[in-house]
Amino acid sequence: MLCDLEKIWQDFPILQQRVNNHPLVYLDNAATTQKPKSVIAAMTRYYQEDNANVHRGLHALSVRATEHYEAVRERVRAFINSKDIRECIFVRGTTEAINLVAESFVVPRVQAGDEILITHLEHHSNIIPWQMVCKKTGATLQVAPISTTGEVLIEEFAKKLSARTKFVAISYASNALGTINPVKRMIDMAHSYGIPVLLDGAQATAHLPIDVQALGCDFYAFSGHKMYGPTGIGVLWGRFELLEEMEPYQGGGEMITYVSFAKTIYAPLPYKFEAGTPNIAGVIGLGAAMDYLSTLDMHAIAAHEMHLLDYARAAMQSIPQIRIIGTAEYKVPIISFVHDAIHAHDIGTILDTEGIAVRSGHHCAIPVMEFFNVPATTRLSLSFYNTEHDIDCCIAALHKVAAVFKL
Amino acid sequence: MSELRELYQEVILDHNRNPRNHRIISDANLHACGFNPLCGDKLTLYLCVHNGLIDDVSFIGCGCAISQASASLMTEALHGKTVAEAHALFVQFYTVLTGTTDLDDAIDFDPVEHLGKLGVLVGIREFPARVKCATLAWRTLEAALNKTPQVISTE
Repeated sequence: MLCDLEKIWQDFPILQQRVNNHPLVYLDNAATTQKPKSVIAAMTRYYQEDNANVHRGLHALSVRATEHYEAVRERVRAFINSKDIRECIFVRGTTEAINLVAESFVVPRVQAGDEILITHLEHHSNIIPWQMVCKKTGATLQVAPISTTGEVLIEEFAKKLSARTKFVAISYASNALGTINPVKRMIDMAHSYGIPVLLDGAQATAHLPIDVQALGCDFYAFSGHKMYGPTGIGVLWGRFELLEEMEPYQGGGEMITYVSFAKTIYAPLPYKFEAGTPNIAGVIGLGAAMDYLSTLDMHAIAAHEMHLLDYARAAMQSIPQIRIIGTAEYKVPIISFVHDAIHAHDIGTILDTEGIAVRSGHHCAIPVMEFFNVPATTRLSLSFYNTEHDIDCCIAALHKVAAVFKL
Repeated sequence: MSELRELYQEVILDHNRNPRNHRIISDANLHACGFNPLCGDKLTLYLCVHNGLIDDVSFIGCGCAISQASASLMTEALHGKTVAEAHALFVQFYTVLTGTTDLDDAIDFDPVEHLGKLGVLVGIREFPARVKCATLAWRTLEAALNKTPQVISTE
């Protein structure tokens, strides 16, 4: 187990470059994390040595590709402490996972008069699929409000739960503000009404240990690329008995046991939900990312990330006219802020000229921006490979932003 | 740094701090809304056009320094122009910023000569991610002149 920051930094080749004549400082990890050498090597190795389609060839390459692919499924099962490997479905990412649940689980189970409950903190991928369900079925979307600190008002969430509520979808952590929701409590509250809950783990999975059994959720969705794996691969975990009841999301190859023009028999779980040739290299890369994380001391990593968050928050208080948006007590290492006189886009451009990568915009969470009455924020989102020096560079650059604007 | 200085030069900072013609024209006979969904920039443009002549033009909205300064400078440049001249200026400005013609090859190209005061915005060419900020007001102008009913979006 390691928490050797210098070694970790060396593991990420992309970080060792200069951008606009400055060493790159990458603080856009909530958008996507960088990939360690081992992930890049695993994917290259797969294409150089094992590339073949899975589950269908009798030849050696296909057998090897299938073994590697299925070994990652077991890796995922252990990573999130699922009871059964068949509960782990490979998808494109969090967005596809949520759309799958919306279409295959929720649409057939709701009708006009029913309600689906989300929170005001959600990003667009945990809003729009539910609006689409409502449009199709006549159900209504309910939104639990948030406080000025950017936390869900739990009493209000409780009030929104009723016999009409048929599904709850909440994020574990907010991508725009970093707020960690008290999801265990919220899941228990929903379950007291017998309502199934989907947890959107896009932002949480890289920072918090995930145990789907302990959380008690019914579905859990996450993306590989936000946890040091490649883009285009993610996981939907669902409780076996719920997945069993569901119709497939897409039809195609690999998801059938038998096909005739009269009748098709679907394959058992998890293949029922994996139509078509999957993103095999993506799965291999995701497995390598989980292997990489398992070599780190995750407690030390989490402590380091929290230290950086506190360090950055304290340092930002020294900069006039900057206001942090989202001040929840429990956060993943994300700081969203606005400047009283300078727009987020101008800040983003000037930081970029200093080699500092941040996100400026609405973070695919326009309702959050509107709640705080800001058009956009600048967001620093941290990873374990960031250092105090990265934060120092960012703070110095923020002073420079004010200088460029002659403030 | 020199590119940055060119991007945020004094004229742009001044027009951002004190945008000109930043008001609603209640009896405008043309107007249009522009929106950049990537950064949330919004603006509404108002025009009083009589006999093909732009008598008055104004805007309201919020956004980054580049979008505000560009809108402000545009309204200044449009006062008293004909609709045909306004359209020609749009084409010229848009072409310069989006690099659809290779102006660097034109030996004596001088953006100030071609665009007048608007030449201060030419440095934005070096920041491709920001070109949409600068062109939002102009695309909204085109929409107003063409009486396009829907909100103009940069995306």
